[in-house]
Amino acid sequence: MATIRKSEKKGMPELSTSSLPDIIFMLLFFFMAVTTMKEVTYKVRILPPAASELQKLENKSLVRYIYVGEPMKEFRDQFGSATRIQLNDQFADVNEIETFITNERTAMKEEDQNLMTVSINADKNTKMGIITDIKQALRRAYALKINYQALSRKSY
Amino acid sequence: MARKLDQINASSMADISFLLLIFFLVTTSMNTSMGLTRRLPPPLPPDQKPQDVDIKKRNIFVVKVNSLNQLLVQGEEMDIRDLKEKAKEFIANEHNDIHLPEKVAKEFETLGVIEYTRDHVISVQNDVDTQYQAYIDVQNELVAAYNELRNELSELKFGKKYEDLEEKQQKDVQSVFPQKISEAEPKNYGGSN
Repeated sequence: MATIRKSEKKGMPELSTSSLPDIIFMLLFFFMAVTTMKEVTYKVRILPPAASELQKLENKSLVRYIYVGEPMKEFRDQFGSATRIQLNDQFADVNEIETFITNERTAMKEEDQNLMTVSINADKNTKMGIITDIKQALRRAYALKINYQALSRKSY
Repeated sequence: MARKLDQINASSMADISFLLLIFFLVTTSMNTSMGLTRRLPPPLPPDQKPQDVDIKKRNIFVVKVNSLNQLLVQGEEMDIRDLKEKAKEFIANEHNDIHLPEKVAKEFETLGVIEYTRDHVISVQNDVDTQYQAYIDVQNELVAAYNELRNELSELKFGKKYEDLEEKQQKDVQSVFPQKISEAEPKNYGGSN
């Protein structure tokens, strides 16, 4: 007679976890390769505009960023809610941009200096007045290669 | 007697690598730097007043964006959706219209003789209160117009898309349709104050 006999003490064979570190290391290397370090901590809130004809920014070491947007909640008391500019980790004024660019450029290797790109990373609700001021400052600093950061979208 | 070597206990290796993995996940971000690349005109000498460059009226395509993000293209109101077609019509001037930019014939190495609108300029003017998104939209449509024209020419001449062309061909196509989007000296007009 066929009876299903319960195994007394067999149980499941133990799962081998010896390859787990290798798997996790693989994941780790994958993430290290495809991601980049955060450039700065944002002090301004930025929702980039959307556009369809985007180009990738090449050679990150040649790119300097200018952030434009409303200050984050925790800075509201100190700086108000008007649109501000952030350079590196600090709030800045339009007339500081020229010095900032000049300093950044002198810090670069000489052969890279003309290749510097300035990326304007602004909130989509920013008024053009401040952007125009930044552009004029960049012209005066001879940083003529600029890039407007945007998110990609299909078409309308 | 040969002593058996103790094996290193590797069970905590997984924890260590997990920790590292999580650290990298938190401190890094995916590469999302994409944008519209533009070139600014060089600065004017400080003692020089901005002067209107003498450009024939038919060669210039004016796009104005006011403080309410409305478009005025060549003197008429327009929806952003129609801007690309209008710009393409202007840049290409297929039927040699006398109101559109004049055409000049030039011989290119890979393309042969081509008539193109060498002297056309697209001028984008915006108000102080224009929204950034609206400005980017306009820039985007103009760049899209150029990209489409380049693609059309590449398909016609080489049967390939612009980006698949060889470097030399790409350069020639680019010089037929160079991106000439000028950003005028800032001035205040219309809408506010």
